[in-house]
Amino acid sequence: MEEVLFFLAAIGALGGAFGVIAMRNPFYSVLALIVHLFSLAALFLLLTSAFVAAAQVVVYAGAVMVLYVFVVAYVGGGGESAWEPIPGQRFLAPLLGIALFVELSVAVLSSSLLALGEDGADVKAGFGNPAAIGRLLLEKFLVPFEASSILLLLAAVGAIVLASNRRREESA
Amino acid sequence: MNTEWFVVLSALLFSTGALGILLRRSPMVILLCLELMLNAGNLALVAFSRMVGNGQGQVFAVIVMVIAACEVVVGLGLIVAIFRRRLPLDVDDLRELRG
Repeated sequence: MEEVLFFLAAIGALGGAFGVIAMRNPFYSVLALIVHLFSLAALFLLLTSAFVAAAQVVVYAGAVMVLYVFVVAYVGGGGESAWEPIPGQRFLAPLLGIALFVELSVAVLSSSLLALGEDGADVKAGFGNPAAIGRLLLEKFLVPFEASSILLLLAAVGAIVLASNRRREESA
Repeated sequence: MNTEWFVVLSALLFSTGALGILLRRSPMVILLCLELMLNAGNLALVAFSRMVGNGQGQVFAVIVMVIAACEVVVGLGLIVAIFRRRLPLDVDDLRELRG
């Protein structure tokens, strides 16, 4: 049962990822990314991390993707030109991508981590639920938590400054 | 399920994202491919967290999500600013960082 769920979610995640890079229209790329994110949430549930899965669905598939859809609708789709500035980009890029995958796989599978081939440690019933993550976030990782909140605030202010309608070149 | 499967899937997703960044020229799609790579990293973090039976990797994954949200917000702000100035939305035409 677990294997079936894993392979279904893996096919969804991979299909979504290939959809993102294969679609001509950016709007369809965004839709493919939503499929990918839901499949990843299912994988997180298989790894008994309920909070990360819920955050994935609510934050990514909910908030971030809505932002993407709005910006795609504002900027407009429009496929990219077929002109290739780098000769042979269409052949070199898949070659480099496959090389990266082989390299990463060799690095993981030939590592001396013995637990990689096992099912993972036995965990208690409350592993990965919101209470456990919240306790870790607010006790052990309080400083990174606050730092990330400041970073979010900075990003929001920066985005407003970047996208604001003021004509800077007229005053300069 | 073995942890191996999850980690190899994460490597595959990461290289797919890298392939997209090498292949596509629209800044919007490049941002989407960055999301793919960050999510692949998240999957590896959560898989290793499950492997050692320790919740700290999941906290890392949540922080990575925050970083990804920041990156998206700033990137989309840049795309809107580029669009407002009537510049082409193509990273090869935007290679010079002049105003």
